[in-house]
Amino acid sequence: MHKIKDFAQGALVPVLVLILWEACSRAGLFSAVVMPAPSAVAAKWWAYLLPAQAQEAGQSWLAWAFSGELLHDAYSSLYRVIAGFLIGAGLALPLGLLMGANTRIYALFNPLMQILRPIPPIAYIPLAILWFGLGNPPSFFLIAIGAFFPVLMNTIAGVRQVDGIYLRAARNLGVGQWTMFTRVILPAATPYILAGVRIGIGTAFIVVIVSEMIAVNDGLGFRILEAREFMWSDKIIAGMITIGLLGLAIDTAVSRLNNHLLRWHRGLEH
Amino acid sequence: MSSPILIDNVQKVFKTPGGDVVALKDINLTIQPGEFVCLLGPSGCGKSTLLNAVAGFQPPSDGQIVIAQKTIRSPGPDRGMVFQEYALFPWMTVGQNIAFGLEVQKKEKAEIDLVVNQLLDLLHLKDFRDRFPKDLSGGMRQRVAIARVLALDSPIMLMDEPFGALDALTRRNLQDELLRIWEKLGKTILFVTHSIEESIYLADRIVVMTYRPGTVKRDQVVDMPRPRDPASPAFNDLKRELGRLVMEEQQRHADAEMKLAAVD
Ligand SMILES: Nc1ncnc2c1ncn2[C@@H]1O[C@H](COP(=O)(O)OP(=O)(O)OP(=O)(O)O)[C@@H](O)[C@H]1O
Ligand SMILES: [Mg+2]
Repeated sequence: MHKIKDFAQGALVPVLVLILWEACSRAGLFSAVVMPAPSAVAAKWWAYLLPAQAQEAGQSWLAWAFSGELLHDAYSSLYRVIAGFLIGAGLALPLGLLMGANTRIYALFNPLMQILRPIPPIAYIPLAILWFGLGNPPSFFLIAIGAFFPVLMNTIAGVRQVDGIYLRAARNLGVGQWTMFTRVILPAATPYILAGVRIGIGTAFIVVIVSEMIAVNDGLGFRILEAREFMWSDKIIAGMITIGLLGLAIDTAVSRLNNHLLRWHRGLEH
Repeated sequence: MSSPILIDNVQKVFKTPGGDVVALKDINLTIQPGEFVCLLGPSGCGKSTLLNAVAGFQPPSDGQIVIAQKTIRSPGPDRGMVFQEYALFPWMTVGQNIAFGLEVQKKEKAEIDLVVNQLLDLLHLKDFRDRFPKDLSGGMRQRVAIARVLALDSPIMLMDEPFGALDALTRRNLQDELLRIWEKLGKTILFVTHSIEESIYLADRIVVMTYRPGTVKRDQVVDMPRPRDPASPAFNDLKRELGRLVMEEQQRHADAEMKLAAVD
C-alpha cells in the first residue's frame, strides 16, 4: 500500500506537467516544430524503439526485435561508455593505488595530474580527432579522460585513509607486501574507490553524448544532433528521454554493484 | 618448546615538537613460557609502547627484546596481537578473518578449514562464521580477534586492553574464556590493562608501571588459586595495595597535565 502511495505522490508533478504541456500544445500555444506535444514525442519514441523493417526470412526473432534504431543507438552509446570507462579507470586504479601508497611516486606524478585535471574532457576534442581520426577511438579517448580523474583522485584518497590498525594487524599476521596491497589496502579503500567509480561513470556518460556529436554516426548523441538537422524536435526530445533513462539505468546498476561490494560496510543503510 | 621473553634494559624516547618524551626507561623483565603477565598502570604510562616493542611494531630506542635468541625488530606470527579496537578486517567474514593468517602462510585449504572450525567451536562462534564484523557485538568481535590470533598458533599472545571497551558482564565472560584457553593451550600471555581487578583476576604476575618515564614500579606475583573470587579477603588486600600504587602514578599523571594546562 505504501509503495503505491509513494509512487502516486512521486508521479503527481510529472503527470501535471505533461497534462499542462499537452494542453498548451493542443491549444496551439507553441509551434509543433519548436515544441511538439508530449503525445507526439511518445509516438515518435515508440516508432524509434520498434524495428524499422519487417522481419526478414532467416532473421531470428530476437535479432529483429532489437533491430530498431533506438536500441541500436543505446547499445552503441553504452558500449562506448563501458569501453572508455574501463580504459580510464583501468589506468587510474593502479596509478592511484601507487600514488596513495608511496609518497615518492605521489610527489613525482601529482604535479602533472594537478595540471591536467582541470582541463575538461571536451577541450580534448580537437586533439582527439587529430590523433584518432573518426569512429570509436576518439570517443574512447575522451570518455577515458572523463573517467580517469575521479577514479584516480578517489583511489589516492582511499588508500591514504586506510586505518593504520588494519596494516598493523595484517603485519602481525605475517602479511607480505603484495598480499597487503591486494587483500588489505585495496578492500579497505573500496568505499572511496567505488564513490570515484560512480562519479567517473557519470562523467563518462556526459562525455559519450558530446563525443558522439563529433566523430561517429550512431549513438544517442549523434541521433539527437541528426534530428536537429531535419528539425525533428519530437525525435530530439525522444532521444533526450532515452539518454535520461539510460543514465538512470547505469546509475542504478552501479549503485546495486556498490551495495553488493560494500555489504560489509558499516556506513550502509540497506 | 617456546622460550622466555627477555626485555633487556629497554628505553623508548619519542621525539616530539614539544621535546623528548621518555615513554620507557630501564625496563628489565623476563617472562617465562606459559606465564600470564599483566602490565598495569594509568593512562600514558607506556604500557602500549612496551607491548608494541615486544610485538615489533616500534623497536626500542635502546636496549633489546630477545625471544629464542633473536632480537625482535619486526612483527611476526610467533607473537599474535589482540588490539583494543578489535582490528578485524571488516570486509572479511568471521571465517575469513580467522583463516586469513593461515592463508598468508600458504596452508592447505583442508587444514585451514579444520583449524577454523576448531576455533569457531572453541570460542562459541559457530553460528557467526559467515557474518561480517559490523553485525557482531563488541564481545563477539573480540572473540573473533582472539580466534584469529590463535589460528597462528603462536606461543606468545600480546593483548592491549582487549576487554577495555566491553560491559562488565561480557568482560568477565571473556576473561573466563581467555583463562580456559590459556590453561588448555599453554600460551605465554602479556596482557595490558588499567583495571586492577582484571589484572588480579587473570595474572600470574602483575607488573605495575610508573608514569613518565615508564619504569617498573612493582613486580607482583599473584599467588591465588583459580578461579579467583573477587570478593575474597586475599583478592581485596591485593587490590587495595595495587590501588595505592596506581593512584600514586595517576596523581603524577594528573599533576603533569595540570602543569601542561598552566603553560598553555
Ligand atoms: N608516537 C608517539 N609520539 C609521541 N609520543 C608518544 C607516541 N606514542 C606514545 N607517546 C607517549 O608515550 C607515553 C606512553 O604512551 P602509551 O600509549 O604507551 O601509554 P599507555 O600506557 O598505553 O596509555 P593508555 O592506557 O592510554 O593506552 C604517553 O605519554 C604518550 O603520550
Ligand atoms: Mg595503550
